[in-house]
Amino acid sequence: MSERFARGALVRVRSIHPPGHVRTPHYLRGRAGLVEAVAGHYANPEELAYGRDGLPPRALYRVRFVQAELWPDYTGAVGDTLVADLYEHWLEPAS
Amino acid sequence: MRRHHDMGGEPAGPVVPEEHDYAPWEKRVDAIRQLLSARGVMTVDELRRGIEELGPGAYDELSYYQRWIASVGNVLLEKGVVSVDELGQRMAEVEARWRAEGRSAA
Amino acid sequence: MSAHPHHHPHPHQPDLEDRPYDHHQLMAEALGELLIEKGVFTADDLRRTLEAIDARSPADGAKLVARAWRDPAYKARVLADVNAAAGELGIDAGPIPIRALENTLALHNLVVCTLCSCYPRGLLGLPPDWYKARAYRSRAVREPRAVLAELGTRIPDEVEIRVHDSTADLRYLVLPLRPAGTDGLDEAALAALVTRDCLIGTAVPRSPG
Repeated sequence: MSERFARGALVRVRSIHPPGHVRTPHYLRGRAGLVEAVAGHYANPEELAYGRDGLPPRALYRVRFVQAELWPDYTGAVGDTLVADLYEHWLEPAS
Repeated sequence: MRRHHDMGGEPAGPVVPEEHDYAPWEKRVDAIRQLLSARGVMTVDELRRGIEELGPGAYDELSYYQRWIASVGNVLLEKGVVSVDELGQRMAEVEARWRAEGRSAA
Repeated sequence: MSAHPHHHPHPHQPDLEDRPYDHHQLMAEALGELLIEKGVFTADDLRRTLEAIDARSPADGAKLVARAWRDPAYKARVLADVNAAAGELGIDAGPIPIRALENTLALHNLVVCTLCSCYPRGLLGLPPDWYKARAYRSRAVREPRAVLAELGTRIPDEVEIRVHDSTADLRYLVLPLRPAGTDGLDEAALAALVTRDCLIGTAVPRSPG
């Protein structure tokens, strides 16, 4: 199974807002982060949620974001980060 | 449009470190859900989707495992694993049994 | 309590028999019975699954951490695959993959599931109510330091806080930093320092004495 993104790639979360079962939190839509790791391949939860088999498996990425870039009013430390597990079809290369 | 369950980053009150010992019926719901997954009848993804479809009110009106069993019930009805009538009938039978044992409705 | 005598063909179970019941409890009972009758699973399956739920607790996670603190080779195996490492200690952590997040002097990890309540149940058992409630799910990602401070845990600004939102199939276990003053302690004593909240990341193990 292939992966579109490698560790260290700069990616942006797609800014689409479909209804239905999605596992990409709204607070990350349109945000850029770094691929920390390829976490494996899993059946697509957006399909499993509706009784379909979710195949072929999709690549899952651990993507790291800088908190100060996610929240305009972030009051923590400048080095703080956040990691979320995101599916390949939700990511595009960031310029 | 942000859906209610997608609550990361939303304003909220203090984190109150409350917890409770799980009642037998709650663990039963958890066990049923695990077995439904293990038997390929219903995935955890369908459970989550079912909970999300209960709507925002469910978070205010129902407890955690009430939301779980509501979702399980709805999904199993959708799939035809149980029918509305047989579920309603069995719930009535269980209630009659429990009342005979001296329990009362909440 | 009922005013008239009635038979108890089964042993008295206070939780089940004395509390008022509601619609959802009726549904839970009815569905369980129907699924057994339809052969989806057996009563024995249900009993064994309930036992497995009760068999797991934060003490299992603490055991893992204590062993990892004392044995660098074991720690490496924990970092590679928590489920396999738990298996070495006779703990069946189940099929859902659990990954360890190592705290260091420069990094403190915190785990949350903003979308629902994903938690390493296979190792730690059922999550506490607060982990699944709105306040934690909403604020842990946005103001982790404030949330930790409310829970009595202060992390210095020089230490990076990394919040992990468990959005997919992986579950996360924080591997806390071994506290100072613990060199002489055996595994049981070390495990006693590792609370459930240390494994979620909302607390750090206390130094003894």
